Amino acid sequence: MTDRKDAIVIGAGHNGLVTAAYLARAGWQTVVVDAGDEPGGMAAPICLADIYHFPGLANLAYPVAPELRDELDLDDYGYTPGAAIDTVTLAADGKHLIIGQDSVAGEGLSQADIDAYPAFRARYLEFARALQPLLTARPPRLRNMDLADKSTLAKLGWKVRAGLGREAMYEFLRVVGMNIYDVLDEAFDDDRLKGAIAAEAVMGSAMGPRSPGTVWTWLQWLQGELNGPLTTVRRDQAGLIRALVASAETAGATIRCGARVDHILVEDGVATGVTLADGEVLAADIIVSSADPRSTFTKLVGAPQLDAMFANRVSQVRGAGVVTKVLLALRDKPVIAGLPEARLGSRFLVAPSMRYVEQAYNPSKYGEYADRLVLDFVIPSVVDGSMAPAGRHFMSVNVAFTPYALKAGWENAKDGLLKAVLAQLSEHVHDLDALILHREILTPADIESRYHAVAGHWHHGELSLHQSFMLRPLYGAAQYDTPIKRLFLCGAGCHPGGGLTGLPGRNAARRIIKLGARR
Amino acid sequence: MTIAPDHFRQALQRTPFHDRMAALATSEDWASWNTYRVPRVVDKLSIEYFAVRSGCAVMDLTPMEKYRITGPDAFAYLDRLIVRDISGLKPGRVSYVAWCNDEGKVIDDGTLFRFGENDYRLCSQHHQLDWLQLSAAGFDVDIAVETHDVAALAVQGPTSCAVLGAAGVTGLETLKPFDIMETRCHDVPLMVSRTGYTGDLGYELWTRPEHAVDLWDHLFAVQDRFDIHAMGLSALEMVRIEAGFIMPGFDFNTAEAAIRKDYDRSPYEVGLGWIVSLDKGHFTGRRALLEEHSRTPRRRLTKIVVDGNKPVGQAFIYNRVRGRQIGEVKCWTWSPILKKNLAIADINLVRGKLPRRLWARIDYQRELKWHSTWAECQPTTKPFYSPEHRLQTPPPRY
Repeated sequence: MTDRKDAIVIGAGHNGLVTAAYLARAGWQTVVVDAGDEPGGMAAPICLADIYHFPGLANLAYPVAPELRDELDLDDYGYTPGAAIDTVTLAADGKHLIIGQDSVAGEGLSQADIDAYPAFRARYLEFARALQPLLTARPPRLRNMDLADKSTLAKLGWKVRAGLGREAMYEFLRVVGMNIYDVLDEAFDDDRLKGAIAAEAVMGSAMGPRSPGTVWTWLQWLQGELNGPLTTVRRDQAGLIRALVASAETAGATIRCGARVDHILVEDGVATGVTLADGEVLAADIIVSSADPRSTFTKLVGAPQLDAMFANRVSQVRGAGVVTKVLLALRDKPVIAGLPEARLGSRFLVAPSMRYVEQAYNPSKYGEYADRLVLDFVIPSVVDGSMAPAGRHFMSVNVAFTPYALKAGWENAKDGLLKAVLAQLSEHVHDLDALILHREILTPADIESRYHAVAGHWHHGELSLHQSFMLRPLYGAAQYDTPIKRLFLCGAGCHPGGGLTGLPGRNAARRIIKLGARR
Repeated sequence: MTIAPDHFRQALQRTPFHDRMAALATSEDWASWNTYRVPRVVDKLSIEYFAVRSGCAVMDLTPMEKYRITGPDAFAYLDRLIVRDISGLKPGRVSYVAWCNDEGKVIDDGTLFRFGENDYRLCSQHHQLDWLQLSAAGFDVDIAVETHDVAALAVQGPTSCAVLGAAGVTGLETLKPFDIMETRCHDVPLMVSRTGYTGDLGYELWTRPEHAVDLWDHLFAVQDRFDIHAMGLSALEMVRIEAGFIMPGFDFNTAEAAIRKDYDRSPYEVGLGWIVSLDKGHFTGRRALLEEHSRTPRRRLTKIVVDGNKPVGQAFIYNRVRGRQIGEVKCWTWSPILKKNLAIADINLVRGKLPRRLWARIDYQRELKWHSTWAECQPTTKPFYSPEHRLQTPPPRY
């Protein structure tokens, strides 16, 4: 234990790297330990047949927050946000809709919908912007508020009231707890358009369009757009992981892969270090975990070190993964019926109506997946040629509503699901079977074992209203610190939540530095 | 335990001793204790009280909540549950314990019996299954309710050892306070612990419900040679106050029952600081108790002797006659053996200390007319009544 560090960060996912980079820049001796072979966490490269390079579970990305890019000099280390893409929602009859940031086009679309769409998007972006003060601040406490807590709430109040104006504020307060189904039904006629937005709102959540709180989940998705337009992922996710690694390492942080943490050492209620799976003990003044809160507390810390009611609340954090990832290595550029080749770099949705999405969700409540699935896929090699050998291509599919706790058990059901996904894709992609060179499927169970995230949940816990702000991940651990002294959280399980934003990592690092938790 | 289909016709359950108790219960003064029908007074309160203090009293303990805790993590689980350091509790021993919620407020107290390596029984005043199960997450432990599967009797008083010996329970002379012994009473297999809630010499007998009546009959068979009386809850209330024992849920609000802010109590505030082991490692409530321990205490349950002979009743405590209200009486009794007026009161401290003078305003009725008088109170930290024979091994023969 001679080599005592200032900080150990558990997990080299993007949030762990962000925290490490900030701490290192503040002069803290920081080491990041990760169980994987490479840094990046869920966005770490997946290599198919040694020649196809894909950034893990990520399909789509918004640019990372400008604060982060600026403060960590990410652009200098090679990070470049990509070009804007449209969303294409596929129709069986080839009458696809092209949904852009501020326009929508497609055969059979009513003029009323075409006119309503830009205003609708603008309004919801405005709502997302009103919530922005909360994103880059630690969530305020409700009891024993300090000045920073009050200032965050005051800024939020100001943005919601003055920023939105009276009429928009009423609308915001009306819809914020609602379901996306009712809101979209009020706004539009076209089933394809409503289905696409509804699918976007519920992707990654165990919620259907009719579940309350799905306006909220959509607003969280839209918050990404405040940083710039939606892009497909690229190799190494646009250099984000490389840039974070470089930024952290240049500042003096060490990143150790292949170092799985077995448990966090706690003495007298204070975290003092970690024990790795091989028995090596690392000591540090503070421990920051980017692992999901449930694993952090129940597996790494353990119930004997926690109060009973707190441990109980940890076990009640809601968040079982519902998304399966299917990766397909293709021998040639695919052809999608009714779609010009120039549009192949878009993001594609199979979600033809809200009812379709809701019906795909329904069986997932009972541990099954639907006959007709909601698919969200990209062919990023069209945009970034370096992801696949010349002329070859790569397709990444998110399959919604495939519950972690599948009744039939994933080992038995995996092949059937893959077949169903391919069959459904084949309805749109010409001769898909003949195109496929390699395939890989990662069910929520696979995601759990591969990324050590409980129940294979992308966001380490549902992004529902009751698990937001001061309730994220749970009461008693919502300001990045925990009941264990010198143990902090910095992952997607914390406010403001999942996605490739890096904001939980940044907020956590700032909180830690401000607390001056070094000995 | 099997539940009869028509159980709802009977508001209160009968313990296995009920028929024998009912035969003696001339006063017909029944109470409900944990859904069981038990006597408040069996025959005559003064007889029952003096049986505990100068003879031998027998009380039906069956309704007390009993939980069997077993499994590889039984110790680790209890260690995290309980505020006291139980690492020194050996098989065959009993410990008085308490447990808190996350905020360090007392949920209940009780006795913890250790039978074997990973085999414990926890007895408590209130139903605890929900809290025990909630606390079990992350531990390999099995929690079973034993309340209805164990028949228990308290045999208490200066002659209790002699009575039990005469009734056929041998070997008790060497049993130390808080010891457990497996034995027999004639053909009845029995566990005996030297425990009780009376502050006197006494034992608790534990057996299967089917042996209950036989055990009772063996005990009362020596009634011709000894002063043995069945006892109810009212006499118990008198003697437990004399002994200075607190009762969660009566002398203070338990954490699970508290609705209003600050209406619950920490172990320090109810005088249980002596069983809190802040240095034993983590337990539920430790963080909160560490913080509380570093602050000046605000209030404390305090044993007081009230001047005069008027039972103090539900009274406020003041700093002087017609002064500022600084506390309230939680339980009280006239002590026949001490000839004193005793009470336990919740009193606000001044800079961590008891106020110098304590006065109780006693309201009392005469021919249905209310009167009021003032009595000064003397605080004490020791039990009001603690006879030598209570802890002696072997106990003196009376």
